[in-house]
Amino acid sequence: MLLTLSWTLPLAGAILLALVGNADGRKDAMIRWVALAASLVAFAVTLLIWVRFDPASAEFQFVERVPWIPAFGIDYYIGIDGISLLLVVLTGFLTPIALLSSWEGVEKKVKEFSIFILLLEAAMIGVFVSLDLFLFYVFWDAMLIPMYFLIGIWGYDQRIYAAVKFMLYTMAGSVLMLIAILGLAFMHQEATGSYSFDLLRLYTLEIAPETQRWFFLAFAVAFAIKVPLFPFHTWLPDAHVQAPTAGSIILAGVLLKMGTYGLVRFAFPLFPLAAHEFAPWIALLAVIGIVYGALVAMVQPDMKKLVAYSSVSHLGFVVLGICAMNIQGMQGAVYQMLAHGISTGGLFLIVGMLSDRRHTRLISEFGGLRHVMPRLTAAFLIITLASIGMPALNGFVGEFLTMLGAYLWDPRFVVVAGLGVILSAVYMLTMFQKVYLGEVSNPKNAALQDLQPREWASVLPLCAMAILMGVLPSIFLAPMEPAVRKVVERMESARPLVAEASPQAVPAAALPAVDAAPAAAAVAAAAVVQGQ
Amino acid sequence: MTSLIPFIPLLPFAGFVVNATLGKRLPKSVSGGLASLVMVLSFLISAYLVWQLAQMAPDQRLMTNTIYRWMASGEFTLDVTLLIDPLAAVMLLVVTGIGSLIHIYSTAYMHDEVDSEFARYFSYLNLFASFMLVLVLGSSFPVLFVGWEGVGLCSYLLIGFWFKKKSANDAGKKAFVVNRIGDYAFLLGMFALFALFGTLEVRGIAAQVAAAPPETGFGLLSIATLLLFIGATGKSAQIPLYTWLPDAMEGPTPVSALIHAATMVTAGVYMIGRNAVLFSHTPDTLHIVAIVGAATALMAGTIGLVQNDIKRVLAYSTVSQLGLMFLAMGVGAFGAGIFHLYTHAFFKACLFLGSGAVIHALHGEQDIRNMGGLKKYLPVTYWTFVIGSLALAGFPFLAGFFSKDELLFETFAEGHQILWAVGALASLLTAVYMGRLVFLTFHGERRHDAPAAADASTFAKATADKHGHAAGHGHDTHGHGGHGHGAPHDAPPAMALALVVLAIGSVAAGYVGVPAALGGHNALGAWLAPSFAAPVEAGAIAASAAPGEAAAEGEEAHDAEHIALERTLMGVSSAIAIGGLLVAAFIWLQRREIADQMARSFAPLHKLLLNKYYVDEIYDATVVKPIEAVSREGLWRGVDVGVIDGAVNGVGSIVDASSMVLRRLQTGSVRAYAGSLFIGVVLMLGYYLWR
Repeated sequence: MLLTLSWTLPLAGAILLALVGNADGRKDAMIRWVALAASLVAFAVTLLIWVRFDPASAEFQFVERVPWIPAFGIDYYIGIDGISLLLVVLTGFLTPIALLSSWEGVEKKVKEFSIFILLLEAAMIGVFVSLDLFLFYVFWDAMLIPMYFLIGIWGYDQRIYAAVKFMLYTMAGSVLMLIAILGLAFMHQEATGSYSFDLLRLYTLEIAPETQRWFFLAFAVAFAIKVPLFPFHTWLPDAHVQAPTAGSIILAGVLLKMGTYGLVRFAFPLFPLAAHEFAPWIALLAVIGIVYGALVAMVQPDMKKLVAYSSVSHLGFVVLGICAMNIQGMQGAVYQMLAHGISTGGLFLIVGMLSDRRHTRLISEFGGLRHVMPRLTAAFLIITLASIGMPALNGFVGEFLTMLGAYLWDPRFVVVAGLGVILSAVYMLTMFQKVYLGEVSNPKNAALQDLQPREWASVLPLCAMAILMGVLPSIFLAPMEPAVRKVVERMESARPLVAEASPQAVPAAALPAVDAAPAAAAVAAAAVVQGQ
Repeated sequence: MTSLIPFIPLLPFAGFVVNATLGKRLPKSVSGGLASLVMVLSFLISAYLVWQLAQMAPDQRLMTNTIYRWMASGEFTLDVTLLIDPLAAVMLLVVTGIGSLIHIYSTAYMHDEVDSEFARYFSYLNLFASFMLVLVLGSSFPVLFVGWEGVGLCSYLLIGFWFKKKSANDAGKKAFVVNRIGDYAFLLGMFALFALFGTLEVRGIAAQVAAAPPETGFGLLSIATLLLFIGATGKSAQIPLYTWLPDAMEGPTPVSALIHAATMVTAGVYMIGRNAVLFSHTPDTLHIVAIVGAATALMAGTIGLVQNDIKRVLAYSTVSQLGLMFLAMGVGAFGAGIFHLYTHAFFKACLFLGSGAVIHALHGEQDIRNMGGLKKYLPVTYWTFVIGSLALAGFPFLAGFFSKDELLFETFAEGHQILWAVGALASLLTAVYMGRLVFLTFHGERRHDAPAAADASTFAKATADKHGHAAGHGHDTHGHGGHGHGAPHDAPPAMALALVVLAIGSVAAGYVGVPAALGGHNALGAWLAPSFAAPVEAGAIAASAAPGEAAAEGEEAHDAEHIALERTLMGVSSAIAIGGLLVAAFIWLQRREIADQMARSFAPLHKLLLNKYYVDEIYDATVVKPIEAVSREGLWRGVDVGVIDGAVNGVGSIVDASSMVLRRLQTGSVRAYAGSLFIGVVLMLGYYLWR
């Protein structure tokens, strides 16, 4: 019940707000407080779940299961393990901060804005807790809609272009994934006589290597777009630059992790043979992304774009760790997801504060801010250091473990990925210098206000988390270890099959694999029906 | 007793927290006093623990304290363990002792800053000390790395302390980034070691590696140690990553003394000493270490010869001396390298603080061409500076003489005559440029008449620009409100105290390591030896892999022969030091025109040296600029916006065109979209069910 509560609470908040009449905007303040309260209660619930979570167990906990569409074996089936637990808590943690960040920045349609944020939170938590693939898909697509509107309505000048680009990109991936999900249920039916979208049952399906390849690719492309993995990343800078601050925080903090979470939870363990086959290639894209994202970040004139490209770079570490398929790599990857959520969320938050004050995000418009806003500068410096992986802050633990894991797998990738460590210092410190150090070069910056109490309330928790996660990472590493170990063991047990896979005609091989023709037809159909 | 160990880094850390949070509300006496007090307390604890350590049997000297488990992931576990052994003990005393003096000195030097800046300065300084102590005490590579990166961060913050100045900010960033290049290699080295040994505990690795014979050829182990050494070239300013250190002089002078001379930059040397067993099992890497060290010593020495900024001369001399330390490490004379590290800390801190006193007295002037004749105005500064210079030059029976002599002797005795010659030449250069520095600064006529700080800056900047320097020299441009513009006045008490103590150290510090050739028995070498041997747990095997002991035993074995050799080399070294100083005295006291004449007749060479072999410019043109251009035009505008987005938008417009027909389906209402999504799902389900 607690788990259901975690995603229905924000949903209830959204519904409650929808019932409030606020045509003239007089109730804006009340609406903001209600939304904040709802998100805080939801956060409290996620914390309570963590407290009651048994960290020693690798099994799914808080499992709830209610038949939903029995004819197709679709259940309302949710539960969490150590991996999803922490991502749920992260979502709960970042949503109130996102709401706080828009306290003054968002002035029009406050009610709708708050509703969309809460809906987004509900859908995101839903994605992380779903154990039924159909349910997962519903939440997955439900997530896109509020995000689309958040960018499209409250964004900056080119918001429509960015929103549509975001939608098109992710929809393209979603469709592929949907086909693969349906195919899985169909294969289950062939093998056992009944449909099922139950993830744990589908894990046990024996799928022919050739079939795995296609299914894996369908999932992997959907997730790669979300991550985003080079070269599927170009929606991200536009979406980030155009999104309102709250949108960027959630986009970078949580939404991007959907992709990497999907790889850990679905693509890799469902199709381990294919995963082993493709992992080197995905890792190659990941390390290209690490260096490429960092290099492009280095030359960005816009702060938000810089941070957006830095995300491409940081998420590359996550994907690399996953591809290593050992405990250090995967744990590092999950840890890096959390760490990136904190530090990049923090960067967008503070950039948003500057943008609210000056209505520009161009680095060249700033300079010498340390004179006028020493506190904000200090906060930004802490987050910057967290982001570039300073030991004893959160980024280091994730990067260190992913690179360690990847090194044990294949050192060549780490030799390239490690360059990101150098480049991140270059682009972040360059931005820090140009924005905060030197003389106040632009008179418009001379009278900017330092952090306000409300801004403190959003910045401090992020800084505190950055330090806590760096100094005491075991708090977070310990509960996820059993779950990660289980995934790794699953991947390892499949490894020997790689060599001798083809001669062993597994039962599923007899199934008609989803070949290209119906897939293409379905893509076309979906594109037509779903419109944009 | 071991429960006291964590307090050594925690005390300065507490000082950092207080000054960082409450600092701007505290008066200077409190913030500066607190920062100094925690350092002194940390020193006292260190001294007590080292004394305890000395009570133990030589091969039992070890204290550890495991604080908590930092990370655990599968078979990889990592505890935060602090360790004091004889090597760490020496470093501890250097860092906390000299650190305390520099904190005290800073209370006077930085006194003209406003309260909040003053507190900020001391919070950084305390944080630095804290990280440096973690670096020294860490028993595993990652814990050492916390300190390693942490001191880099503090160095960045302190170089850029005067953050209004672009040159200071640039220098800070350069230091951080260049260090990061080294750290990249260091990280890879750590991973390689974990892959080989399954642990990152220094002693654990030493125990395992001692069980095998040294690696022949350039294998995995050599690659790992080479990567660690590349990390060390970043931190300790060796070829090819030394370029940040001279620029680091943009920071306040006490910072240069503490971080960029006495402690942080020696971290690379210390790291190799800490892993002596490991490195001595990779002779190929050690050979590279020795060559790089010797080459750096020579190159930096030649540059130091012509520089005109008092701090830059000292900076290049630091690079050069660090090169000698690496030379010692590279030939396996770990004890000698650490010995030089230890004596160098005294006289180099003394010299930097002395230069600070000069700059302080001249309101920010740093160009030695504008100094001269300061001897009579600044007697304390002068005499301590002279002692420091003599010690650095290797003048007989001062601190630098013993340590430099030992390391050159060991180099020769290990059969590296060419490297010995390079080291000796670097020593000659040291004597010459230190003589030049002293004579130009303190002797002769006054060439500049107590100018206002602003004038000094402009003048120096103009001369700097004339010589094609990138961004002008750093100047400690603190206003000097209370003082008049009369004759320069000597260091105030807090500064004088530090200078005198360090000058005494520059004389006396060497007597812990008097060699057998002079009737001593190298107490320091014997004290350090267990740290360079394989851990006792490894038992019988340890003997084979104990370079320190081997050196000691070797000495006993062919005693007479060695003593004769050492005495000869000692004579050569002394002659070099005295000769170099005499040459300097002749040129810069008697015949100044010789220097100018030489500069004219060897103009291209002079220009090459003055511009530091154009290494910065070469790096800029071959690495920095191309990367930036490729990133901007090639990757961002080309690949990202051009190719990928072009493709995406192309697909988009095709879809757009074809969807003109389907436009009626797009009602624009959310409900319709949601509905169509659902219908789409149902249709596809249907397709699979009934086909």
